[in-house]
This record gives sequence, structure tokens and C-alpha cells, in this order.
Amino acid sequence: MQDDLWLLLLTGTEETLYMVALSTLLAILLGLPLGVTLVVTAPGHVLPVPTVHKFLGALINATRSFPFIILIVILLPLSRLLVGTTLGATAAVIPLAIGSAPFLARIIENCLKEVELGKVEAAIAMGAQPMEIVAKVLIPEATASLIRGLTLAIITITSFTATAGAIGAGGLGSLAIRYGYLRYRDDVMLATILTLIILVQGMQWLGNRVALAVEHRRYRFK
Amino acid sequence: MLTVRNLRKTFVTPQGSLEAIKDVSFQVEKGEIFGVIGFSGAGKSTLIRCLNRLEEPDSGQIFINGRDITLLAGQSLREARKKIGMIFQHFNLFDSRTVWKNISFPMEVARLPTREIAKRVEKLLEVVGLVDKADAYPAQLSGGQKQRVGIARALAMEPELLLIDEATSALDPLTTRSILKLLQDINRQSGVTVVLITHEMDVVRQICHRVAVMEEGRLVEMGDVQEVFNEPKSKTTQLFLQQMIFNSKENDKNSSSAGIERAFGARSGPCEGAVLIGEVNRYAG
Repeated sequence: MQDDLWLLLLTGTEETLYMVALSTLLAILLGLPLGVTLVVTAPGHVLPVPTVHKFLGALINATRSFPFIILIVILLPLSRLLVGTTLGATAAVIPLAIGSAPFLARIIENCLKEVELGKVEAAIAMGAQPMEIVAKVLIPEATASLIRGLTLAIITITSFTATAGAIGAGGLGSLAIRYGYLRYRDDVMLATILTLIILVQGMQWLGNRVALAVEHRRYRFK
Repeated sequence: MLTVRNLRKTFVTPQGSLEAIKDVSFQVEKGEIFGVIGFSGAGKSTLIRCLNRLEEPDSGQIFINGRDITLLAGQSLREARKKIGMIFQHFNLFDSRTVWKNISFPMEVARLPTREIAKRVEKLLEVVGLVDKADAYPAQLSGGQKQRVGIARALAMEPELLLIDEATSALDPLTTRSILKLLQDINRQSGVTVVLITHEMDVVRQICHRVAVMEEGRLVEMGDVQEVFNEPKSKTTQLFLQQMIFNSKENDKNSSSAGIERAFGARSGPCEGAVLIGEVNRYAG
């Protein structure tokens, strides 16, 4: 084991966490409105606009069809436009966010659809407006599953950052490829993988804890 | 108070169309408890859901206090719905909200002042006997308690009309009795007009003033409860009566009050038992 290992790991972890945090935030900003719109515009829901529903569904599917590495390449010009460069963690955030937003939107759609229709009907019967139903019924009733879904998305984004690392994004993935693979540094490879395992375990643990804390169920499956 | 004229509703599905309501007309007087009884699939649920437009009727008119609510849309429909309370078979409480917050929901939606909301919630908690459960979540309540929250929530906006969709069908017989008693008291005290649908004969017998019998989308019989049950004309009414007689014979066999107490004790749990056992004892003699 060489002296530079700790420094490499520390910088790599820092960059990975930075990319995950920022792109998750952006993915929520894009994905939440997308997911909510997808749900409420469905036929028979509180704001039915079938054409919008179909269009958004097709758009999400189309975006999700791209292999992630291709999506990054396609979005490189956008990164250059917004961030000024195509290299480094910040530049990678743009394709990471855009690539994971549709995935997150689908997760949000599934969570909101799980809310029993009877609750929505009760709110309609009480004279609630569509947006009130979203804010006061759908989202609060789905909070626990939304947090579980978000945990799933964050972990997926973490693995996306490794892919992005292959083409200049930095972070732990880049470390594993540049040092572990290209320079035959088995110690770096091993340490990177271990760090990622610990990170993902930690995220899942935290997600489960938070979800459980906001849930008011009779039976608590841990 | 409520007049329904020539209501029709057909569901169109890929498997074909289903006429759920075929030309239904009836009137309900102010302060009356009007029951609609029928077997599953008779169209009762569709009928009551048309009354606040959870279901969209194909044709016909529904006048509530002289206003045809089939003509309303958007904000005016939402305003009208605020004055129509609804109680559901499966309660439809919001699990993420406490009892207090469930009851306050319709008033939040109507943007009542916070102080007024607090005042009404306190009062409603007393009416339904759940003062000590204000901060509990629905998951911590029994079925009967959940329905009490549902009732309080439906009464929060002081409705003119209360729609009750099989409110007791998911509850045991004792809890059913206590819920019916509560509904009856509320009707007597506030004078709210009630339309309820049920497949339970006992519900009609215990609290309805008038009853309509529904069969395959039509109201085949209508009148005072006594009248309809004394001279049953339709097949449905006769079947319901047979069922009731059968049930009461069964009850006679098992119903010593000690037996009920034992059964209740075995179920255990400090729920609404105490009051009920007294009530049942009186009932059973």
C-alpha cells in the first residue's frame, strides 16, 4: 500500500459525494414536477389531460432508453454551455441530473399511484382543489415510499457517477479506472470498491431509518 | 331538500356497457334519514356517488336545496361539495395525519380561520367520543374509532346533506350498533339530512325513516320503513326479510348477555366495549 492512497480515496469520495448530492438535488427539481404531472394528468385522475400524460410518458421512456454513457456524451455540449467545461465533477452533474430525473420521475409516479384512490376521492368529496390534493394528500401519504424510492435513486446515481468517472468526471469511479485498472494499482481498486460498498450501505441504512421514522403504520417491517 | 329526477348512468367498458342506474327518481325531506338497500351490484354505490358527483351521471337532475348540482363545474362544484359530507365504508382516513388533523382537513381546504378550526375540532372530538385520541394516528385506532373520525370529518363543514356509503359494513355487529346510534343522535341534534346505502337490513331498521329498495339499477320499492317491510312487494325485499328472520333466530339461540360478555372479553382490548355491553344487555333483556 502506498502513501498516496488515503489522499486519493479522500478526494475521490469527496468528489463522488459532491456529484451525488448536487445531481440528486437537480434530479428532484426536474423529476418531482415531472412525476406529479405524470400522475395527475392520467385519465380519471384529479387533472386529466391524456395528451400531456402520454407525451411525458413517451419522453421519459425515450430518455431512459439511452445507455448512460451515451447520454453523457450527447450532453457534453450542454455541460460546456452551462459549466464552461466538460471535465470534472461539476460538468458531470448536468448529465447525471438529466439522466436520473426520468428514472426518479417514474419512481415518484409509482409511489403516488400507490396512494389509495379512496383517500383522493375523500379529498375530492370535501371540495379540495387538484393542487391541494397533491400537496396535502398524495405527497404526505406517500412520504415513506417516496423516501425509499429516493434512496433507490441516490444509489443508482452513485453508480452512474462511476460511469461518468470513466470519461473525465472524477470521483471514486474515475479513481478505480485510472489507478486501479489503467495503472494496475490493485490496492486502489480494492479500496475504492470497499469505500463504495460502505457508502451504499450507509445510504440504504439512512434511507430505511428516515422512511420508518415518517411512517405511521401499525406493523413495522424493518 | 334533495330531489333526484330521472338519473341514469352507464359504464362503458371494453367488455360491454353496464347500465348501473336506470331512470332513478326520489325525494328526501329535510332532516330525514333515507336508506337505499340492495344487494351487491344493484347500483347503490354508483347512485350515492352521483349525489356529490364523484360519479358523473349521464342524464337526469339532482337538486340540493333547489340547486341542480349536475349543472355545476369547477369552483362552484367544489363549493357545493363542501356542504355535502361523505362517510365511506373503508373510512378513507389520511394515515399521515393525526385524528385531529384528519378532522381539520375539510376546514383547511375551506380556509377557515385557525381558531375556528380548533374550536370545531374540539367539539367534534367530544361528539364522537375521541377526545383522548386527538393525537393518535389512524393506524393506532380500531375500526369503530376510525369510522368515528370519518364521521367527525364529514360533519366538520356543518353539511346540509350527509352521504353514507356502507358506513358499517366493515364493522362488527356491536360496533355497528354504536356507530348507528351516533349517526342517529347527530341527525336528531343537527337536523342534517342523511342518505345512506347499505346491504344490511338492520341498518335500515334501526335508523332509517324511509327506505328505497334497489334492484338492477332501479328503485323497485319506496316508502316508510314499516310499510315496505310489512308488505314486501319486490323479490329483493323478500330476500332481505328472509335473511333477517334467519339471523334473528340465530341470535335467539346464542344471545344470552353473559355469552356476549364472554365473547367480548375474549376479544379483549379496551375499546368501545363498556358502553356497548350495557347497551346490548338492555337490548337482549
